Amino acid sequence: MNVTIVDYKSGNISSVINSFKEVAKDKVTIEVTSDLNKIKSSDKVVLPGQGSFKSCVDALNKIKGLTDTLNEFAINYKKPLIGICVGLQMFADVGYEETETKGLGWISGKVSKIDNQNGKYKLPHIGWNQINIVKDSKIFKDIENNSHMYFVHSYEFVPNDKKVISATTDYSSNIVCSVEKENIFGTQFHPEKSDRIGLKIIDNFINL
Amino acid sequence: MLKNRIIPCLDVKNGRVVKGINFVDLKDAGDPVEQAKIYSDGGADEICFLDITASNENRDTIYSVVEKTSKKCFVPLTVGGGVRCVEDINKLLNCGADKVSINTAAVDNSKVVVDSSKKFGSQCIVVAIDAKKNGDKWEVFTHGGRNNSGIDALEYAQQMERNGAGELLVTSMDRDGTQVGYDISLMSKISSKVNIPVIASGGVGNLDHLADGIKSGKASAVLAASIFHYGKYSIKEAKDYLDSKGIPVRI
Repeated sequence: MNVTIVDYKSGNISSVINSFKEVAKDKVTIEVTSDLNKIKSSDKVVLPGQGSFKSCVDALNKIKGLTDTLNEFAINYKKPLIGICVGLQMFADVGYEETETKGLGWISGKVSKIDNQNGKYKLPHIGWNQINIVKDSKIFKDIENNSHMYFVHSYEFVPNDKKVISATTDYSSNIVCSVEKENIFGTQFHPEKSDRIGLKIIDNFINL
Repeated sequence: MLKNRIIPCLDVKNGRVVKGINFVDLKDAGDPVEQAKIYSDGGADEICFLDITASNENRDTIYSVVEKTSKKCFVPLTVGGGVRCVEDINKLLNCGADKVSINTAAVDNSKVVVDSSKKFGSQCIVVAIDAKKNGDKWEVFTHGGRNNSGIDALEYAQQMERNGAGELLVTSMDRDGTQVGYDISLMSKISSKVNIPVIASGGVGNLDHLADGIKSGKASAVLAASIFHYGKYSIKEAKDYLDSKGIPVRI
């Protein structure tokens, strides 16, 4: 089996690469590429994302044919894909960071700034917070409810259909921190930085 | 609920961990990769490397330290010291750092913070402020505490937030290495002036100091070096203590 981490030249993905390689050991091949043919032929895809919603979408669009290839992979062929942080946020129809920007539109909804309640909550939401698992998700196999995960973000994904939500976290309000829609998975937190429990989520995804 | 973070800091010189008393008199406390792994296995919420003499010396050692560490530690890794330009940040991130802290360069050229936070995102840009009390205010020092910029630390903190810093790592130079506790007044003043998280640093000698940094200093995270390096306390003991004081921590 091979898992491809999409390298679309946006932000720092070395931690994502290190963690997937740590979990995969020699059993699974981890590719890091933006090569469309390699993405097409891979079994699973990881879509990382750091920086702003706009900078990530722009970076995706800069690579000719990448968005179409990802659409084909996730929507037409329904192969497993996981988005991390802004990678998850880009599933939305639209994001409002910097300026209104169209997302991939895979899971209907928007990405807007966390309400900091007039400064009561510091932003970015940085650090370890507990996840409240609201539905069974394949990536949460053997993950206990209220496990701690590492977060760094100021924007939140607000999906229209609440049934896609698999976990929330409490910061100012109940923030959506994990989604599952058929073959599409996403985490707002960083499993690659969430210690052993985070690596378990990566392991679950690899073993889907 | 968001937990307060405990961050052991490893001062690194030529690829080895050292910790100074008021920035001089260095002692060797081991291999950074192994230390970082011990800390992350022991429950550290993040690991911080400060390459303390990097401004003057060959920096290549830190890149390999970061690279090796990031393959073994799966908690966030912040690296700072001698970071001068956007390209330095890029290199550290590529080696596996999750955040980069900028000190002297942020004072000398505010564009570094503006440009790097735009390029890599605020989440990975930490501005480190070394502050020393002068009368009723605090001034920002650069070059590992050697030069006084004369800039007011409170105003500077707000400026750095506007420039795109994702966090502030505030070190009291008066307290650093003294083990008498954080400069609570400095921490709480800066924390109340900015809407981004503040990491308190400089002066920890016991676990009460950590609790004070969070409760009275209003810090989101507490950084300490010597109390962990020399085995005085483990990360777990620190967390259990904070927990017993009603401070939310990840256990």
